[in-house]
Amino acid sequence: MNSLYQMPENEADSRLRWRCRRGMLELDLILNNFIDREYVHLNNQQKQLLDQMLDYPDQLLFDLFLGFMQSADKDIASLVSYIRKSVTT
Amino acid sequence: MTISNIQRRRFDSLIIGAGGGGLRAALQLAEADASVAVVSKVFPTRSHTVAAQGGMNAALANVLPDNWHWHMFDTVKGSDYLGDQDAIEYMCRAAPKVVYELEHFGVPFSRLDNGRIYQRPFGGQSQNFGGEQAARTCAAADRTGHAILHSLYQQNIRAKTHFFDEYFAVDLLKDDDGNILGAFVFDIHTGEELIIEAKTTLLATGGAGQLFRTTTNALINTGDGMGMALRAGIPLQDMEFFQFHPTGIAGRGMLITEGARGEGGYLVNVNGERFMERYAPKAKDLASRDVVSRAIETEVREGRGCGPDKDHVMLKLDHLGVDVIQKRLPGIRQTCITFLGMDPAEEPVPVYPTAHYTMGGIPTDRHGQVVIPVKDTPEEAVTGLYAAGECACVSVHGANRLGGNSLLDILVFGRAAANHIIDYLKENHYHRPLNEKSVEKAYQRLHRWDDTGEGESVEKIRSDLKRVMEKNCGVFRTQDVLDNGIKEVSALHEKLKHARIKDHSAMFNTARVEALELENLMDVALATVYSASARTESRGAHSRVDFQERDDMNWMRHTLYSLEGRKLDYKPVRTKPMTVATFPPKARVY
Repeated sequence: MNSLYQMPENEADSRLRWRCRRGMLELDLILNNFIDREYVHLNNQQKQLLDQMLDYPDQLLFDLFLGFMQSADKDIASLVSYIRKSVTT
Repeated sequence: MTISNIQRRRFDSLIIGAGGGGLRAALQLAEADASVAVVSKVFPTRSHTVAAQGGMNAALANVLPDNWHWHMFDTVKGSDYLGDQDAIEYMCRAAPKVVYELEHFGVPFSRLDNGRIYQRPFGGQSQNFGGEQAARTCAAADRTGHAILHSLYQQNIRAKTHFFDEYFAVDLLKDDDGNILGAFVFDIHTGEELIIEAKTTLLATGGAGQLFRTTTNALINTGDGMGMALRAGIPLQDMEFFQFHPTGIAGRGMLITEGARGEGGYLVNVNGERFMERYAPKAKDLASRDVVSRAIETEVREGRGCGPDKDHVMLKLDHLGVDVIQKRLPGIRQTCITFLGMDPAEEPVPVYPTAHYTMGGIPTDRHGQVVIPVKDTPEEAVTGLYAAGECACVSVHGANRLGGNSLLDILVFGRAAANHIIDYLKENHYHRPLNEKSVEKAYQRLHRWDDTGEGESVEKIRSDLKRVMEKNCGVFRTQDVLDNGIKEVSALHEKLKHARIKDHSAMFNTARVEALELENLMDVALATVYSASARTESRGAHSRVDFQERDDMNWMRHTLYSLEGRKLDYKPVRTKPMTVATFPPKARVY
């Protein structure tokens, strides 16, 4: 069962989950899958980084997640790689 | 919190939805010095307009000869003659001006060497009323929607439009005479409710692709404005017309462009058979979208689907070789690698028809005014209420939308609605008193989700609804299938009345938002399946296996579905354009 609509743990998590609602289906699928599967394993720094990345425009996130572009920021690039891996695992 | 404690704000105009249609209208109004509030459940630049990659049509004649009248002909023909020809003429005439305005707002359109705006050819475009291919689509590379949305948002910030970001609109508010006077909304972040009183309200909430299990639409496309309109007593028009694309990635929904089959890709069933040879011996895999979609669905229904659940077919591309795929279909290759963990150069891609675009919606005239039948008048304006974009049915797409006309629709009619609102505001200086019962009704609808105890799961009902709609109101339509759809959706509608959510917190209660979205989807689903069951012909995207011909004698008319009593009514198509001669119905052959 898809856990996308399960009850959130706390307000900060819920806020982050809502920010994963995007204008493109591809981003919805990638981000919500990541939140469902991996969010509990993230440390605070990774959560902050994810929050920061969610400020990016949809088109930029699309290019990063589909591998059309790479971030020059090592931490962001590492998180993108983590998110990409979670899509098919 | 009681109703009397809820904060009230007043604006000249309220816009619900911050995609291209809403933002274009907001900008026009703000620049005319109206006070404008835009309510959006997500941050505006995350609206679904961002996903429109192709471009927008306008007869600029920068690449090939063109004029608005040819564009009009193509749109009328594309609509399978169900489009209203006055609105289509208006849109095609306005298109060049709207493109130039966007250019001035900062949209970086792709250019030709001579500096003019580049235009690409799209399907369904012709020169000289059905002649040679035209090149009519203006694009900002492959991110036109993104560029338009960001430019409009920045222009609105400059013009001081007031944004209520991450607010959810529950219902429209009225006065004693039924005039629309704003909406009851709440802040998703804090849960705080707000009554927005407005002299005019524009619905620009987008489509309802989330009705179906397999869709190209983002999660936000839940038909919220359509649901609000239905509950306000406004019928939905032509909801049986939903555009499907034959090859979405199975279980995910993303498009695999027709270009993949154009390059030599072909479909196979579980036996490895190229089944399109049976359905379309000549065109085979390049037959029209509805033929390919229905063939896929027939293979699945007859047990020749692939995968453990036999619920899709396969698109073979591997025979093309890695070099051809990388060179000509790089986006598709990357999408498959990212979402399926497989390379189409090595393995076939699982595909199934995917829901793409809602042609029907809230009935409006070409000024964006919502119109409803009153006694013997088929179209009487609802004072104070407007709609634009995919949630509206103006109707320029009729039974089938042409590529490149959706961005055009939202921008032309967002702007037209704003112009009409500006005139309305000149004559209507004061706010009318609200009917407090309409506030109470919206309040009750929201707080119904505070009920505790055991009940049906919202998530389960939503998932069932999408499955039922796909099976019973997708690309394979017969009387039995559609009537079964009415039965099954009605049962889910009943279940939803007894659903409960477990989260009752105020802050960022997304479970409550999703429950409210499901209520909207459910009403829109009923409208769709009732309308489809009644239309006993095939026209545009509404393709019936048991009524394969278009029936102009009986069905050159728009469907109107009302929530109360689940009643169907009909009104004539406006076949008379504004200034030119009517395009009479002809066979739609390309």
